[in-house]
Amino acid sequence: MAVAPRESDATAAEKPRAPTQQSAPLVQAVAISKHFGEGETRVDALREVSIDVNPGEVVALLGPSGSGKTTLLNVIGCILDPSAGSLSLDGELVIENGRWLRGNLRQLRLEKIGFIFQFHNLIPFLDATDNVALVRQLAGADAAASRARAIELLDYLEVGHRRASMPAKLSGGEAQRVAIARALANRPRIILADEPTAALDSKRASIVMDLLRKVALEQQAAIIAVTHDDKIFDRFDRIYNLRDGRLDAVEAMPGIGGRRTGL
Amino acid sequence: MGGRGDTREAIARIAGVEAAGSLTYQTVEAEHAGRKLRLYVIGFEPTRPGGPPDLVAGRHIARSHYEMVADQASGLTLGARLRLGRSDFTVVGLTRNQVASGGDPATFITLLDAQKLQFDLAPPAARVQIARGGGGASRDTINAVVARLQSGTAPDTVAEAVRRWKHLSAITQDGQESILTQSLVDRARRQIGLFTSLLLIVSAVIIALIIYTMTMEKLKQIATLKLIGAPDRTIIGMIVQQALALGLIGFTIGATLIFNIKDYFPRRVVLEPDNVLALAGIVLVVCLLSSGLGVRAALKVDPATALGG
Repeated sequence: MAVAPRESDATAAEKPRAPTQQSAPLVQAVAISKHFGEGETRVDALREVSIDVNPGEVVALLGPSGSGKTTLLNVIGCILDPSAGSLSLDGELVIENGRWLRGNLRQLRLEKIGFIFQFHNLIPFLDATDNVALVRQLAGADAAASRARAIELLDYLEVGHRRASMPAKLSGGEAQRVAIARALANRPRIILADEPTAALDSKRASIVMDLLRKVALEQQAAIIAVTHDDKIFDRFDRIYNLRDGRLDAVEAMPGIGGRRTGL
Repeated sequence: MGGRGDTREAIARIAGVEAAGSLTYQTVEAEHAGRKLRLYVIGFEPTRPGGPPDLVAGRHIARSHYEMVADQASGLTLGARLRLGRSDFTVVGLTRNQVASGGDPATFITLLDAQKLQFDLAPPAARVQIARGGGGASRDTINAVVARLQSGTAPDTVAEAVRRWKHLSAITQDGQESILTQSLVDRARRQIGLFTSLLLIVSAVIIALIIYTMTMEKLKQIATLKLIGAPDRTIIGMIVQQALALGLIGFTIGATLIFNIKDYFPRRVVLEPDNVLALAGIVLVVCLLSSGLGVRAALKVDPATALGG
């Protein structure tokens, strides 16, 4: 389906708003800017981009190569310093005027964010259960509790029967489900997905999107996915279309999400 | 040292000496079963000090001529016949771990046979001179006299008496061991130490390159771990574990090989538990140092590289 820019939505999305503790959105990025280099070599990767993602929503970041979607994902994922702007994650203001308010970003990511990758990025020498349990253990949980949580999640994502399998023995869809389970291990309420269906065929891509939606609804999580996969556009609540570092349009989808949110 | 009987008797009469025996030493090459053997032939007087120690097989020399006790390292077996000089010798007994400092296996024959062997192996011109009785040379030459002391006698006192009254060079058992360890063995030890050091340096470079290569192959996984919140110490731990595993595998294979094949090499190698532990410690340090390159590469990985195809 085509994503047409809508002037009114884009204007509203780009308008800076100060994040507040009362805000319902789990992710509230306000006027995020990021530039690389200075002077003649300066590249503005993001220009005052603002997005809100509420609990239970699955949104997409869309745009051509170099549009800034991965940069935005990196800033929201607390792995890239913004040049300006503010960011609230799960009700906590973490960036204010381009400065981190927390010192330990690793801990911040561990607590608040789950990551899903294009090629699942499972650790090849750990089985499915240990891949998921690892994240719990990094957060300080003991091994038995971590494995129990991992098994619970693998069952929840209907891949429990492959819990003892090594990543190389899993199909693409199964591996991505294990990766989703890993992203959920620490009960984060924010999930960032980088091309989660790019390596999957249509059928498996659809299954993965169903699972992401299930997770968003049942865990009341906010899911932000970078994608180019036009077959799954209608599975998002909104699509943020970026171009040259600017938010070009915000498209409320008429599909599952659009109907549910009444947009 | 000339006149075996005179010298031996002179030593035997010194106070504190219980018994003395004359010895000759010579390195001889012989052919057996189609291969060259290099033997350290010791001529001794049966019933006197200086003969072979406890045998592992066979019996001691019982006849005056043509019997031999050989070390197992020579590859000779009981009953084997070996031509030395112009005579054939039969192996009647076997010893274990009796090798010269150069690694040649020791064989024992009677002093008379050894002296004849020295004559047989001398250059033809000298042999002719000796046969004629000319040149002042005699077959009755020995290299050393070995003395066994009465209990309670101080070896140094006897050695000093030999030096002072008999004008001979005397070395006690301790002195001989000291000379052996401080010169021959020590030189060999230093040489082996040099080779070991070079091998350790080469191993360190190889381990470092392997760990670095393995790290470079895992950059995506490392970035993923960093992204999902793994602290640097976890990543460093994984790399160090890899290096230690490599070291442990290498050390285990190396130690197993050394302990199983060292006896097949000419020089006797003594590996004390302390040496093995020290080597293990050195390998541990080498592995830790070698992992540095990989650790450095891993710490530089940007977690953002986990995102994007």
